[in-house]
Amino acid sequence: MKFLEENMVQFDVEVANAEEAIEAAGNLLLQQKLIESSYIQAMKQAYQTNGPYFVLAPQIAIPHARPEDGVNEASVSLVQLKKPIPFGHATNDPVRLVFGLGAASSDEHLVLLRKLTGLLNNADNINQLIHARGIADINKIIEMGR
Amino acid sequence: MMKVLTVCGLGQGTSLILKMNVEQALREKGIRADVEHTDVSTASSMNADYIITSNELSEGLIGHPAKIIIVNNYFDMEEINQAIEQNVDSN
Repeated sequence: MKFLEENMVQFDVEVANAEEAIEAAGNLLLQQKLIESSYIQAMKQAYQTNGPYFVLAPQIAIPHARPEDGVNEASVSLVQLKKPIPFGHATNDPVRLVFGLGAASSDEHLVLLRKLTGLLNNADNINQLIHARGIADINKIIEMGR
Repeated sequence: MMKVLTVCGLGQGTSLILKMNVEQALREKGIRADVEHTDVSTASSMNADYIITSNELSEGLIGHPAKIIIVNNYFDMEEINQAIEQNVDSN
């Protein structure tokens, strides 16, 4: 289980559109071998098929696919976007934070989602994540929430 | 017991997050309910008293006998609490 560890968080990322943002979040998981490249394809496919419902709150997208699409380990990455990007969500656009979720079928998946929910249920944390400059800032935000 | 479904596109991530927060809200209100998470196509053929989902996905559930409750911000406990208060009959 890997949750926003070093090399899984990228700051000030420039992308042109929602698909590139999803790819960037997926690539962080791919580089750590937590998912296979097929999973990134499935994330983008899910966006095309089901729309931007995974923009769960203002500024926050959590793209994901199914465990069988190629997840090696339950994991969460984060791409902080330099410029807000519209995903086409009626109330929560534009997106600033993209959490790539490697969805596993294990209990670890539940533990990860609890961590993520605990972090994002607090509006102060979201604001701090948007302005974080490095992994030390991220760790501080996660520590404070415990 | 009251049956509640939280629904997302795949039934893997988003609906689980919503389930966690809905369960917390129901617990705090003392409402006993069985909350299950699933994807939108499975939900269409499931029995439930209430379905909680996003505006985007609710269109796929038009005609479902359950009462549909919309939540826009899954991390806003105030919105979730309000949606439940306005829509769920606690008796």
